[in-house]
Amino acid sequence: MDEALQIITNIIHDLPGGKEMGLLNFIIKRLLLMILVLFGVLCIVFVIANVIPADPIGALLGGNAPPEVVDQYKHKLGLDKPLAQRFVDYIAGVLRWDLGVSLRTNNPVTEDIRKFFPATLELAIMATLISVSLGIWLGTASAVNRNKGVDHFARIFSILGVSMPVFWTGLLLLLIFYYKLGWLPGPGRLDIFIFPPKTVTGLILIDSIIEGNWTAFWNGLQHLIMPAFVLGYGGTASIARITRASMLDCLRQDYVRTAKAKGLNKRLVIKRHALRNALIPTVTIIGLTFGSLLEGAVLTETVFSWPGLGRYITNGYLVLDYPAIMGGTLYIALIYSIANLIVDILYAFLDPRMRV
Amino acid sequence: MKQDTLSMKWKNFIESRKPLIDDWKHTAYLWRKSKLTMIGSFVVLFFIIIAIFAPYIAPYDPIAQDLSQRLQPPSSKHLFGTDQFGRDIFSRVIYGSRIAIWIIILVSIISGGIGTLIGVFAGYFGGIVDEVLMRITDMFLAFPSLVLAMAFAAAMGPSLTNTIIAISLVYWTVYARLARAEALRIKNTEYIEAERAMGASNFRIIFLHVLPMCISPVLVQLTLRMGTIILTAAGLGFLGLGAQPPTPEWGAMVSDGRNYLVDQWWISTFPGIAIAIVVLGFNLLGDGIRDMLDPRLRR
Repeated sequence: MDEALQIITNIIHDLPGGKEMGLLNFIIKRLLLMILVLFGVLCIVFVIANVIPADPIGALLGGNAPPEVVDQYKHKLGLDKPLAQRFVDYIAGVLRWDLGVSLRTNNPVTEDIRKFFPATLELAIMATLISVSLGIWLGTASAVNRNKGVDHFARIFSILGVSMPVFWTGLLLLLIFYYKLGWLPGPGRLDIFIFPPKTVTGLILIDSIIEGNWTAFWNGLQHLIMPAFVLGYGGTASIARITRASMLDCLRQDYVRTAKAKGLNKRLVIKRHALRNALIPTVTIIGLTFGSLLEGAVLTETVFSWPGLGRYITNGYLVLDYPAIMGGTLYIALIYSIANLIVDILYAFLDPRMRV
Repeated sequence: MKQDTLSMKWKNFIESRKPLIDDWKHTAYLWRKSKLTMIGSFVVLFFIIIAIFAPYIAPYDPIAQDLSQRLQPPSSKHLFGTDQFGRDIFSRVIYGSRIAIWIIILVSIISGGIGTLIGVFAGYFGGIVDEVLMRITDMFLAFPSLVLAMAFAAAMGPSLTNTIIAISLVYWTVYARLARAEALRIKNTEYIEAERAMGASNFRIIFLHVLPMCISPVLVQLTLRMGTIILTAAGLGFLGLGAQPPTPEWGAMVSDGRNYLVDQWWISTFPGIAIAIVVLGFNLLGDGIRDMLDPRLRR
């Protein structure tokens, strides 16, 4: 592995202008690593689905199915082939982006993913927006008022976010704001009577803007608030923590003192001089938060009946819908890896020391 | 005379350990100074005590059904009310602490053990061993942890034991990376070189000299992660992929109450509060430990 990387590095280095391409070099290395890791991910998913004893046919047909039907299903799913053959078929399928047919929905898994993923994406983007703005605000307030009441409050508030189980927070908010107060709409992406916008991106908010369907936009936004808040609140703590630490560092710098000494408005100094520099480490953690949101999305989607990928996988697990489990898990791992890759590249871009 | 030498020895002993004792005193001072850390420690202590004395605290059997008492609101008889089978929720929450602590202990031992061993081997041997082991670690890190844990739990069949195995199989990676970094550092120190010069085998060096040095950072990380472990286990329980009924597992209990949420809010609420408080305790304690160990914040 290292040698291969070295050779590629040398080739790039010899290209005209290659010496300045440290960043590109890093990106290629990182991409190669990702391909290797993704192959490993394929293997892990295959092992989970095929080697560990669980009985998908039994789960599908119940314990008393006649043997002929069981055999027929085994043949249909390809479970009667030897393990090695199944592995080869599976890899070949993945390369053609064919993940099999879901046993539960009877659709090709790739089609299901295309249908369900936008809902998760919309939720995750909104949650990221919430956790980033909340986290940076709390972190800055903490740092500026270090060891005062505001600082303690902000820390407790953000730690509470990682401590409360998302599924429980979700249920409580539903109970209060939907069932008791009726301020916000309940589960799902839209009310039943709202006509959904035509699917272009799959993100309801964007689709309804394209169509100019403001009723759907407003309704979709209201539906999105609670799940996105529940999900985003959990990611707040790490962002607030990083912002606080790097903000404390920045506030100690000479240029901040100079700015203050010049008689600049305190608010301006904090905003323009300290916060801008303090945000570099924060930017990198945002990508990581986005990745961990995928995880929280599984639980949040279950609570809010959100028709996303997380719920799709969970339902797949509960009935041992193997193609859906394998495909969905693989897809989530892929998205997660890409998010991490972007973080790494962003970091290398912001901090040249990381490119080694 | 003899007494004299003994007390002298004791004095010398104390004298030689003075920096260490001062360090401990300073740590205790930092602990007392940070109220949040203190609160966290007390919450965790309280949680452990409740788990130990659960049979004496809980007024009812946590699994016994009493259909005449079904869906009772909280009262002096049933502090947290009863669920759809007439089981006392207070007793179930109390017994649930035992399940939670059992999960924490076993997951910590298993994942900490696997991770440390893999990390130490990778760091100590280096080269191809390191490359292979670390790439395997990367592969496990390519999944969001809950999703991978769900996959393992579903494949092995949902139960308490399999929850523990599934979570352990997911969390070892963190400790492997830590232990590897530590082993890399230690392997180049002089005393390891001396040991090797005396003809010690690799095994002897690893188990007697490298491994013990890697344990303390792993232990710290383990305590930092305990809150996350509870949340993951509860998440699996909530999704129906963890401990199965009638086991009083907190996550599964929250899920039990979902269909009764509107009129019988207490079924889901109290187990959730228990999770939140205990995880908060662990997180506050962990945050405090992190601050105490941070040399920049220490002075």
